[in-house]
Amino acid sequence: MSNVLVFIEQRDGKIRKSSLEALSLGYSLSRKINGTPGAVIAGAGISALASELGAYGAAKVFVADRPELLLFSSEGYTAALDAAAAAFSPSIVLASATAMGLDVAARFAARRGVGALSDVMALDVENGRLVGSRPVYSGKARVTVTPAPSAAIQVATPRPNVFPASKAEVPGAGEVVSLDLPALKIRAKVVKVEAAEAGEIDVAEADKIVSGGRGIKGPESWPVLRALCQELGAALGASRAAVDAGWIGHEHQVGQTGKVVSPSLYIACGVSGAIQHLAGMGSSKVIVAINKDPEAPIFKVATYGIVGDLFQIVPAMTEAARKLKA
Amino acid sequence: MNQIVCIAYVPDTETRVRIAPGGVSIDETDVKWIVSPYDEYALEGALQAKEAKGGTVTALTFGPARADTGLRECLARGADDAIRIASEGVGEVDSLGVARLLAGVIRTVPHDVVWMGNKGVGTDAQLLVPMVAELLDLPHVNLVTKLEWKDGGIRAHREIEGAQEIVEMPLPGVIGATKGLNEPRYASLKGIMAAKKKAIAVKTPADAGVDPATISGEGAHVRWTKLELPPARGAVKLIPADDPAKAAAELIRLLRDEAKVL
Repeated sequence: MSNVLVFIEQRDGKIRKSSLEALSLGYSLSRKINGTPGAVIAGAGISALASELGAYGAAKVFVADRPELLLFSSEGYTAALDAAAAAFSPSIVLASATAMGLDVAARFAARRGVGALSDVMALDVENGRLVGSRPVYSGKARVTVTPAPSAAIQVATPRPNVFPASKAEVPGAGEVVSLDLPALKIRAKVVKVEAAEAGEIDVAEADKIVSGGRGIKGPESWPVLRALCQELGAALGASRAAVDAGWIGHEHQVGQTGKVVSPSLYIACGVSGAIQHLAGMGSSKVIVAINKDPEAPIFKVATYGIVGDLFQIVPAMTEAARKLKA
Repeated sequence: MNQIVCIAYVPDTETRVRIAPGGVSIDETDVKWIVSPYDEYALEGALQAKEAKGGTVTALTFGPARADTGLRECLARGADDAIRIASEGVGEVDSLGVARLLAGVIRTVPHDVVWMGNKGVGTDAQLLVPMVAELLDLPHVNLVTKLEWKDGGIRAHREIEGAQEIVEMPLPGVIGATKGLNEPRYASLKGIMAAKKKAIAVKTPADAGVDPATISGEGAHVRWTKLELPPARGAVKLIPADDPAKAAAELIRLLRDEAKVL
């Protein structure tokens, strides 16, 4: 068997982009091993979503549509993945390395007695075996990982926002297969979801990040950065210093005790570049540093730098970006 | 209430990573070791619960003898007991292997709550909380930033991408802590003195019911085949900032035309 099964995450009846990235990756891996890509999705009232997945290559879409799966539970959603795997006999299982994807993939792997290649930024198959590359020590090193040759199922969780989500050259049939789940044992369950403020993009999923550090001097300066975020469609990030000072919530923190990110553009404003921060954003494609201090370590990793006053430069960038769009 | 806190003893976050000869591990020369920061949130969560509800807190780790220092730190802060599953002679172990060892020992210790950080800084795999829960047939909630104790269970806030989930979980269960949950305390001098007198129970993989040959070497579930430093980045292109407006416009132009990210 050389099927590839991809766990699809939905929230509020919308498929997450990171899951389409995982499915696109699953599709391309399946082509390399002459296999068939499939998808599994869990929720309530979500059957209509299945039809979107054929375009991304899914030949079969396993659907667990039950009222008790309306909100996420690691046990319920893992049961769906497990049932789909039993029906589809995949040799490879993928789930995006999100909060939900990691919960489900790790439980599934432990249940099947196999390891998982977690948070991979590159993934390929060599002689039928997955070979991945992932950051360790918060990005200070990267390791090439591969599952045991004996693994009956190879599990990997690709990092969001690294692999492209693109429609398949050869669309799949998207044949819907309703999963007949056994009685579900759901103990820990989500009872409510509180979305972040409208318009906020999460740093872990962002393609562009504008980040502030100690140099912004205080929480009253965030509007300066937020204006640039809005103009660029970027997420707002923060250094540990800014978070620990109480200027903004931890969900914005980039670096070793925050999120490890790899956007295409990272603009660091008043961030000196502590080793933990550099580790957390060092794999960004393009890095811009704006800092008064020409000796700040952030300039060592930056692609472009401006030594100057961020309070003058950032608003001017917002203005320049606005003109560019006009 | 009996609580177990699993900790990892890892290189300090300030560590400059160098690759050891052999190319699959870091050079441990001069590395300073610390309790993984996320595990400190877990320990603090357990200690606060103990203060409110009584019971015991047991610190548990898998590691070499140096990890005893990390366990003593947990004892100094208020843990009652400490157990180390000795890694000597076991070789490199992946997340599932560690989960099997921890679960094996946890089964032998009464527990209402098992705590861990949501990831260990170092290997950063983020798999251990769900894996341990699965092996113990317990529910879990990961990435916890806020916690209320309810009759027979918890209500937790969990940080997900762009939102917070409110999760209810009955006990026994596994809690994965992350930054935001609390401010870890420092050990008191009295705590440090008391910790020196406490014994650390050292167990073997066999005590956990695990044959090392099934989790390391040829038995490892995941293999590290090559460890390398990230590719070096090119030199920075500095844009003169004499005129901030011009500098900003030039930067935006470069981002669009040269870097092609706008």
